[in-house]
Amino acid sequence: MTIVRSLLARREALLVLACLLLLAAITARFPAFSTPKNLAGVFNDTSILIMMALGQSAVILTKSIDLSVAANVALTGMTVAMLNHLVPGLPVVVLILVAIGMGMLLGAINGFLVWWLDIPAIVVTLGTMTIFRGLAFVESGGAWVNAHEMSPAFLELPRTLILGLPVLSWTGLVAIVLATLLFTRTGLGRAFYATGGNAVAAVYAGIDIGKTRFLAFVLSGTVAGLCGYFWVSRYAVAYVDVASGFELDTIAACVIGGVSTIGGVGTVGGVVLGALFLGIIKNALPVIGISPFWQMAISGAIIITAVVINARGERVKGRVILRRKELPL
Amino acid sequence: MNAMPSTDTPTTEPILKMTGISKTFPGVKALSDVALELRPGHVTALIGENGAGKSTLVKILTGIYQPDGGNIEIDGKKVDLPTAEAAQDLGITAIHQETVLFDELTVAENIYIGHQPRNRYGLIDWAAMHARAAAILHGIDAPISTRTRLKDLSIAQRHLVAIARALSIDARIVIMDEPTAALSYKEVEELFGIIDRLKKAGKAILFISHKFEEVWQICEYFAVFRDGRQVGAGRLDEVSHNDLVKLMVGRDVTQAFPKLPAEIGDVVLKVDGYCHPTEFDQVSLELRRGEILGLYGLVGAGRSEFCQALFGVTHPSAGTVTLSGKPITVRSPSDAIDAGIVYVPEERGRHGAITAMSIVSNISLPSLKVTSRRNFLRMAEEFDLARKYAERLDLRAASLSQPVGTLSGGNQQKVVIGKWLATLPKVIILDEPTKGIDIGSKAAVHAFMSQLAVEGLAVIMVSSEIPEILGMSDRVIVMREGRMAGVFEREGLTPEALVRAATGNKEAAA
Repeated sequence: MTIVRSLLARREALLVLACLLLLAAITARFPAFSTPKNLAGVFNDTSILIMMALGQSAVILTKSIDLSVAANVALTGMTVAMLNHLVPGLPVVVLILVAIGMGMLLGAINGFLVWWLDIPAIVVTLGTMTIFRGLAFVESGGAWVNAHEMSPAFLELPRTLILGLPVLSWTGLVAIVLATLLFTRTGLGRAFYATGGNAVAAVYAGIDIGKTRFLAFVLSGTVAGLCGYFWVSRYAVAYVDVASGFELDTIAACVIGGVSTIGGVGTVGGVVLGALFLGIIKNALPVIGISPFWQMAISGAIIITAVVINARGERVKGRVILRRKELPL
Repeated sequence: MNAMPSTDTPTTEPILKMTGISKTFPGVKALSDVALELRPGHVTALIGENGAGKSTLVKILTGIYQPDGGNIEIDGKKVDLPTAEAAQDLGITAIHQETVLFDELTVAENIYIGHQPRNRYGLIDWAAMHARAAAILHGIDAPISTRTRLKDLSIAQRHLVAIARALSIDARIVIMDEPTAALSYKEVEELFGIIDRLKKAGKAILFISHKFEEVWQICEYFAVFRDGRQVGAGRLDEVSHNDLVKLMVGRDVTQAFPKLPAEIGDVVLKVDGYCHPTEFDQVSLELRRGEILGLYGLVGAGRSEFCQALFGVTHPSAGTVTLSGKPITVRSPSDAIDAGIVYVPEERGRHGAITAMSIVSNISLPSLKVTSRRNFLRMAEEFDLARKYAERLDLRAASLSQPVGTLSGGNQQKVVIGKWLATLPKVIILDEPTKGIDIGSKAAVHAFMSQLAVEGLAVIMVSSEIPEILGMSDRVIVMREGRMAGVFEREGLTPEALVRAATGNKEAAA
């Protein structure tokens, strides 16, 4: 019993178990789902979510939230697609750098507003979310950039195979490694945890919490910018409503992965597993033949379950504090 | 002053009588066998050091805590106060230090929250509520519209609303817990005007204050608490200021907290003319190796604010800091830590540990530059650092990877102190190092501070506890209302001198 409980206490273990059970249930009816080739496909499909959820988790760790990431994808995606259409000779590397730079800038705007104006992140990014999408509409005039208007190199890169895996999957894997290094082995990563865990204590320990939050937003924006390119080239189309509502998926992946919405708690492994869990469900439900509306309901139920588990973890700590405060019995 | 003792006034019968009240918290005896009487139409001052049990008594009177034993009588009848509501029904109300009101609600709603007038359908009767609130405010000469939101009022006006609320429940016993702490001189005068009116209306008032001159101005009776006991009570006109100070401090304390003899070395820290626009003015000090400098004063005297500015949390408007002979500029805590000044804040729970993080990460947090190589943290070095200080501080934990939140309070403190020692500071500022911990742990903290001084650290200790200041400090600076009110050497320092400097009673100081 204690073993089970300590296992359940590790969110990663719980998620691996949940993913395996889910795969087993699906495989029971559709054995083809669990072939290595299909699973690699699921991972490739989920790579964008993994990367953006990692960026989002940095922001949530600092006790903030970034609602503008999906709009960032739409704006940078539209920008590089139009650039590719207008200047077909531009190398893809330049376009990727543009996407990264632009995403970084959009993230810096969020971070700047949160840092200097001291406005709650949810309000700032709710505003910039609308602005970014609005800008995507302004620059495109509401028009679509379709596959035939994009250069072959622009479209090919994400699916180019290296050692049997597409570039998109490799980027996802590299992102996981880099995030692990950043979160566990650098002062900035530690500052993310400290800022969200106890902002006052972080200040006293010499951490500039405003700058830390700013950098978290820059990171989240940069990743979103890169994903803006991947999104339009992978789906071979750019329009204003690209990735609509995807910011909620990134937040959901974090919450399912055990990132505390009040900051300071979460791991890269948890976030990746949270994203994969959502990815498996998204890929499997159509196979099983469940309608998209049920899919939304099921995703929602899972998110609430995860939040309940998170909240239970946090409540235990609360009791300890109460005992120390010597409240009347 | 040679007023005749007013023995001609017949002593009024007390409306409230508390006898034999005791209250124990796990590990701490907060009140033992305490008595208190309040008389209608009179103000009784409740005086005592921090931790003397005043707040606990207020909480018992307002039904928040239940006493372990003793009697409470109102009008000669024994009563129980099981809940805050019961206390309110019996006409007891408290106006707290930080007034507990609702910013987003209107003045009338604040006054009547919890007992709104109802119409015959059981709905809130807004017209009656505003009319009655306006009448009460008029009665205390408070020109405040009942429809104003509370957040638009000044602190003094909020106090008036709190008083109006007390009157709205037809209170007969009004408790004022340091009501003047946040008020300006003029606002205090206005408050005293209101207290006079409450007196004339026959209310019994319990007035808790650290400021002796106020006590003398407004109160007729007094009760002094010390270490959870009532050590004296009676009519104020029968005692002197010095009598009260003696009652309040009243013990032979110098032996209780022995500072080990430490070699006092060169000047490490020199602060000259430190000023802040709102918190403190012209503070200067010199601190030597091996020295413990006590910083004494009443709550709100600007001691913590001064130390926080020294540490870079806030920014001074003028003044210079010299560390080991070199002038330094501290713009942020990170600058201070790099220079060798660290600050262990008062509320270690809120300001000290990051409870969700591991012991290792907490201890290494201000020292990450030391444990990194080429910008990457080295876990082995972090563990070494944490292990070293965990051993030195005798930290009890199953594993150093354990989150700090799972440790006991005492061990959490050790993590916080270890975190600062690991930065190898030259100057360590301890803000109320023993506030709210039991006697055994206090002794351990004091021994540890002594040890730090012996090892050559320079220590600034902010404390509101006179025995601690007298026992531990080589020198004491007293602050009052943001200014230095005196510098004292250890030899021949008396509690009375400290209290006089801190309360600023000129008559008694002469």
